[in-house]
Amino acid sequence: MRTVFKTSYDADINLFRHGQQAAWYIALLVLAVALPFLLGTFWLGEMTNVLIWAIAGMGLMVLVGQTGQASLGHAAFLAIGCYANVLLQDPVGLPFVLSFPLAGLIAGVAGTLIAMPMSQLHGIYLGIGTLALAILTDDLIVIAEPLTNGVVGLIPPTISIFGVTIDRYMTPDRFYWLVLVVAIAVILIYRNLLRTPLGRSFSAVRDSEVSARAMGVNVARTKAVSFGMSTAITGLAGALMGHFAGVFNNETFNLVISIQLLLMIVIGGLGTIHGAFFGAFVVALLPQAIAISRDVVGALLGGGAVAIPGLESAIFGALLILFILFEPMGIYGRWFKIRTYFELFPFYRRDMFRRQKSYLKTERMR
Amino acid sequence: MDVLQLAISGLANGCVYGLIALGFVLIYKATEAVNFAQGDFMMLGAFITLGLTNAEFMGLPFWIAVPIAIAIMAAFGYLLDMLVLRRMFGQSQIAVVMLTIALGFVLRFVAGTIWGHEPKSLESPIAGLDVRFGGLVLGLDEISVIIVTVLLTIVLYLYFNRTKLGIAMQAASQNQLAAYYMGIPVKRVHSMIWALAGAVAAIAGVLFASKGSIDPSTGLLGIKAFAAAVIGGFGSLPGALLGGVIVGLIEPFASYYIAAGYSQVMPYLLLFLILVFRPHGILAQIHRKKV
Repeated sequence: MRTVFKTSYDADINLFRHGQQAAWYIALLVLAVALPFLLGTFWLGEMTNVLIWAIAGMGLMVLVGQTGQASLGHAAFLAIGCYANVLLQDPVGLPFVLSFPLAGLIAGVAGTLIAMPMSQLHGIYLGIGTLALAILTDDLIVIAEPLTNGVVGLIPPTISIFGVTIDRYMTPDRFYWLVLVVAIAVILIYRNLLRTPLGRSFSAVRDSEVSARAMGVNVARTKAVSFGMSTAITGLAGALMGHFAGVFNNETFNLVISIQLLLMIVIGGLGTIHGAFFGAFVVALLPQAIAISRDVVGALLGGGAVAIPGLESAIFGALLILFILFEPMGIYGRWFKIRTYFELFPFYRRDMFRRQKSYLKTERMR
Repeated sequence: MDVLQLAISGLANGCVYGLIALGFVLIYKATEAVNFAQGDFMMLGAFITLGLTNAEFMGLPFWIAVPIAIAIMAAFGYLLDMLVLRRMFGQSQIAVVMLTIALGFVLRFVAGTIWGHEPKSLESPIAGLDVRFGGLVLGLDEISVIIVTVLLTIVLYLYFNRTKLGIAMQAASQNQLAAYYMGIPVKRVHSMIWALAGAVAAIAGVLFASKGSIDPSTGLLGIKAFAAAVIGGFGSLPGALLGGVIVGLIEPFASYYIAAGYSQVMPYLLLFLILVFRPHGILAQIHRKKV
């Protein structure tokens, strides 16, 4: 294990703890940039999907992992970002370079406006409010048919940035790089957010609202800001998702997507950027994994491929139950434990990460 | 006449919502866990009854199948708490919420695999019969839903206020530590609450299945029941029923008087308004925690 000798106050808030860590992340970045040369079109598309889910996951992570507020309706903001991005391009006529950040901004403002009256709510009430929001958005898209084309849906135009055309099918590598750039930008924003006073107040609200208030944190405002930032990032992911899907309607961003998004970050590991990515890999690649294993099983048994409806979400649900019961910190938590085991080699103790025994935390008076 | 007809069918729907909401509230009050799978419990209860009664499966008489289904669901609830949810004690509410959402996915899959994904209808003796009061034609199923709900409410009321176990449950929900000191086996009481919620869900499922067809995704109805529970006031048993009835009544009237497309939004719009202006529901039981 490497012990960092801190020689300045900045050591606590540096982006990387030490040079070796930075080197690893740079290697990862190089690999990510070189990926279009290594993978075929199909798997590159899957990787793009993973990245988009990871961006959406980071958006939700700001809210759930950092501020401790659960939202069951983030698909609504994916939808807002997606529709805003396409509508700003098509009838309004803005280029993608402008419409894309504006879509994030619109989703963020919408999120803040919605969070303001609801910031008095905590825990489950916020969850239910956002759940209702997701259902309402689905219906509102159908109602606002002249704008959104209702159930028929919209087709996003081909992206053109300063003369370079980017299309999901014609130039999948360019689309992948575009998504990668957005993902890295979001990671940097997220990582820096955690080092600011605002990010610290997010954690304070997550750990205890009462003590956060006692320390002078404006809880209602912090929650609203957190919601706004979270929905802005989610809106960006939604805009990319629209371009990735090729055509979308009210069904594209349904309630199941919101729930899947929430479950994804739990499987990945709450409160970490890594968690969003691990979770995105599980969500985006699980259908492929099931399809492949189904073919393998079918070939072994000598029969045709067997189709079991609903298997995907059932496996997802079962995975989640196992994770919540046995590894509440998610995939990242498991990875962290394994790493610590090897770093400390003979000195790792089983109870090192043992959850502290706690009693039922109650939010009610009687 | 139209109005009365709409009101009765709305009331019948509302009673089912209310019963599901009752399950949420029972569990929430006692254990502070929110069971998002309550709608799927209802679906499972309905399918177990269907599997026992319908000719294509077991073909048991309806009146034997219903108690068996209720018992199975109660046992399921008890075991679920004992084996799974007890481990979650002391973890955040959100973790439990996500666990139960995932459980809902799994239950939907299990039900779909066993009984198929197509809508099925329960061969119950009360389905499809009409009762005439003057010029009014009412479905026997709707009337029996309302009657059973009222009876169940009275039974639950008496249970919670007159029996030793009911009072123990109330005590455990008000203050676990104090209840424990008084010699109440809090853990077992929690499991019993889950069993009770399972039983209520099974009853709701039978009632719902007699009114129409069911399929594995019927459990998503739980979301509406959830809205009902919040509108009535989470943590209040009469509130759950009241909320259920309100949501149930809004639906038919909204679809009758308001253009299609807008009408199904109404329950959620009401939920939104309630959350903004009266965050703890009509019959609020929960207050802000003070230090």
